[in-house]
Amino acid sequence: MNKLQIAINGILKSNPVFVLVLGMCPTLGTTTSASNGMGMGLATMAVLIMSNLVISLIKNLIPDKVRIPAFIVVIASFVTIIQMLMEAFVPALYASLGVFIPLIVVNCIILGRAEAFASKNTPVDSIFDGIGIGLGFTLALTAIGAVREILGSGAIFGVSLGVADYMPLVFVLAPGGFLTLGYLMVLFNKLAKK
Amino acid sequence: MVAVLFSITLIASAGVGAVNMITEAPIAAAKAAATQQALGQVLPAFDATETTDLLIDEMPIVVYTAKSGDEVVGYAVETMTKQGFSGVVKLMVGFLPDGTVNNINVLQQAETPGLGTKMCDEGNPLISSIQHRKLDKQLAVKKDGGDVDALTAATISSRAYVDAVNRAWMAMTSVVSGSEPTDVASGATATVAENAEQKEPAAQEGGQNE
Repeated sequence: MNKLQIAINGILKSNPVFVLVLGMCPTLGTTTSASNGMGMGLATMAVLIMSNLVISLIKNLIPDKVRIPAFIVVIASFVTIIQMLMEAFVPALYASLGVFIPLIVVNCIILGRAEAFASKNTPVDSIFDGIGIGLGFTLALTAIGAVREILGSGAIFGVSLGVADYMPLVFVLAPGGFLTLGYLMVLFNKLAKK
Repeated sequence: MVAVLFSITLIASAGVGAVNMITEAPIAAAKAAATQQALGQVLPAFDATETTDLLIDEMPIVVYTAKSGDEVVGYAVETMTKQGFSGVVKLMVGFLPDGTVNNINVLQQAETPGLGTKMCDEGNPLISSIQHRKLDKQLAVKKDGGDVDALTAATISSRAYVDAVNRAWMAMTSVVSGSEPTDVASGATATVAENAEQKEPAAQEGGQNE
């Protein structure tokens, strides 16, 4: 499998949200607006690429019995390091994404890719898998966030469309998250099959 | 097995520790810059600030007494509430020395986008009904019998906002009356102000003679 295919695979055939149905907690929780969804997706992608690379590099050193704790330690350390670096050097970005970053530790996509891909493949392939899955997650979250924001608060990426008063609020709230996710999942799988 | 896991955790914690040492100073600087920016937005022009840390209802509240020279030009209160729709809401409330609300800035909130987040918009109903008002009693939204206009469909967020403003007012009055009684400008009795006015011309004449 060449590198590009691995990346495209992560976006389409094994899209973490619409196909693998992983990471539902951050998916539903952070997609109240398009920019929130995108922020969560990008932050996850950064951690995913790093953790995939490192776990792939040390995969032969880790005994099978303790691989899960070892993966978790690596992932949690990267999340903490990224959080501190962002807070120190890009405070503006941290102010808008900061709340999502600790959530990444418990995102099962990261552990899932460490277990299913990075621990069995080469470091370079693992980076491309991280990029692909990360982009797939980002696109899915941005799409869900955009639909919920347009339908729920009549805006897109924070820009008001001037129709806020006529929109069903429920889409910004939790039930709207499930509805949007369900319908987008149907749509995605219908289109992906063709 | 144990040795491998131990060395992984050791390396990971060393890495986190090293990054913490690198980022500690920039993080503190960034936070200080953000606080200064928020202070500038809610207060009239000032030279220096004195901070007073308070604990009200088990929540840390910081009162910044802003001075221009020796004169107190306002108080800014970094206040918070736990009554928000999701998570804490932190506000920076700027008061003029007479207790008038100068401006309010939302520092941190995680309210529902499109509803509670309207508290951050300029000229939203909450700020327009609180700004430039001299507070003398606890505020409340109209639904609770008060006179503050709430955000449409976001009563909980509006209550949280008002709660935080009330706590800021409590903190400000306690600082004004408690630790620095001499700095009470117009809130004090009229005689003090009159005495001050009478003394001023004399002082000016003295200056001219010299």
